Amino acid sequence: MKYAKLKFFIFSLVVLLAPLPLAGDYLLNVLVFVGINGILALGLNLLLGYAGQISLGQAAFFGLGAYGSGVLTTMYALNPWLAMIIVAVCVALFAFAIGFPVLRLKGHYLAMATLGVGVIANIAFNETIDLTGGPSGLSGIPNLSIGDFVFDTDLSNYYLVWGFALVMMLLSLNLVNSRFGRGLRAIHDSEVAARVMGINARLMKVQVFTLSAFFSAIAGSLYCHVMTFISPTTFGFHISVELLTMVVIGGLGSVYGSILGALLLTMLPEMLRTFHDYDIIFYGLLLISMTIYMPGGLVSIPATLRRLLPARGSNA
Amino acid sequence: MLSLSGIGKRFGGLTALEGITFKVGKGSITGIIGPNGAGKTTLFNIATGIYPPSEGSVVLDGKDISALPSEGRAYLGLVRTFQNIELFGKMTVLENVMVGLHTQSKSGMFSSAFRMPWQMSEERRIREKAKQWLAFVGIPELEDVEAGTLSFGKGRLLEVARAMALEPKLLLMDEPAAGLNSSETAELADLIKKIRDLGVTVALVEHDMDLVMDICDALVVLNLGTMLAEGTPREIQDNQAVITAYLGEE
Repeated sequence: MKYAKLKFFIFSLVVLLAPLPLAGDYLLNVLVFVGINGILALGLNLLLGYAGQISLGQAAFFGLGAYGSGVLTTMYALNPWLAMIIVAVCVALFAFAIGFPVLRLKGHYLAMATLGVGVIANIAFNETIDLTGGPSGLSGIPNLSIGDFVFDTDLSNYYLVWGFALVMMLLSLNLVNSRFGRGLRAIHDSEVAARVMGINARLMKVQVFTLSAFFSAIAGSLYCHVMTFISPTTFGFHISVELLTMVVIGGLGSVYGSILGALLLTMLPEMLRTFHDYDIIFYGLLLISMTIYMPGGLVSIPATLRRLLPARGSNA
Repeated sequence: MLSLSGIGKRFGGLTALEGITFKVGKGSITGIIGPNGAGKTTLFNIATGIYPPSEGSVVLDGKDISALPSEGRAYLGLVRTFQNIELFGKMTVLENVMVGLHTQSKSGMFSSAFRMPWQMSEERRIREKAKQWLAFVGIPELEDVEAGTLSFGKGRLLEVARAMALEPKLLLMDEPAAGLNSSETAELADLIKKIRDLGVTVALVEHDMDLVMDICDALVVLNLGTMLAEGTPREIQDNQAVITAYLGEE
């Protein structure tokens, strides 16, 4: 707890300074998407890593955020910032409404129900052609701007996305070390005991599900304004599984783990271009080996090393 | 304090409990005993709202709470410990007790995420109180340990601290001495008396007869899901039906 502030400060510094050596590099563009995926993974991690509730439907909230912002800014010429807020609130309300019936389910059944939400949303993106452009996508989405400054370069988009990511990380860090966060973790460890302690488990699960949808919707809005073009394939089952992989590999129940997982899983495909269509196999193998050999994820490496090298630890 | 009347519970065709009626007197330590399978834990689960009774009612301080979920009963001052210890294993010992202070704090999602000043001061208050309860059960030095790594005996003490953090009116303990050695059991007996002296009514399910006879003011005996006897420890010791149920007929 003592070093929590310092840790976040150092992390923020690294994020802010990272573009300096990368000016004009293609990598900067990839890092923009690391930020977006990081926000998505963070949202899922609050739900899965802390409260222990799985969701295979994050693509639905991500897509609703992107299409909501896309449609409102192109067809209705709404201010993009205003659209982002309206859409995020609406998506959160939608998640809140479906959360009550869906989160009654546990384990595999919950996975199936959330998967269903994702599939239905994807069909809707494909079929409501008048609104979304259907499979051929929605183009001409404006970039975000403040006054005359337009976020249309990799560098400006980097700071835009990571600005959001850092704020959301800070809020999440505050949240998990609070009465609310302890309630979530208590539900994860023993729902019966949590309820006996006076925790309204049902409501709290819906609340964190709503928060996770809110984060995903913001990520969706950012995505559509950064890309200026969106199509349904981005918001399919594939991204939901990728997010799950990011969270498990980065570290369940760790805010920094979410970002680390997003970094690895967003960079890797760029490096594994040659394998192209086989990348899903690679994710599967990675997921299996991580759950077997490193269930705490990448963020658990320092703790594992400390345990394996006790003699050194005491000398240092 | 707590009054159960006509409690019955059926699981499919199996009748686990039938016609259970008794009162737990304010300020007393009431023991619920009986052979394995008598329905003691089922009765606790009904009293704490983990599942509803098939028939009968649970009344706490004159208020019918039969339909109230567990979390609602916690706010009314009814809390329990579990036979197999239900700790929050991945949280620290201190955090476990802080969860116990849930009913005495208010901060929600927004005030926590934005670290509102009142949330910060509430957090400090919770932390201080949690430390006091750890000291109360005698494990203040373990506050930063992960709860899942505790020994069974220490885990049980933590469970008591966590339950006491709710400042309950009525504490139900499901086999508190199970898995404890004799010196730990003696410490537990002192702890339960200390809890009673704080004005908390205690009801416990227990197999350890020495412990029960030592600390209980009143006993309820269950056998095969029905009430067999009720009375002071001395009366129960001399009750022929109880002796038969435990030892069989001559």
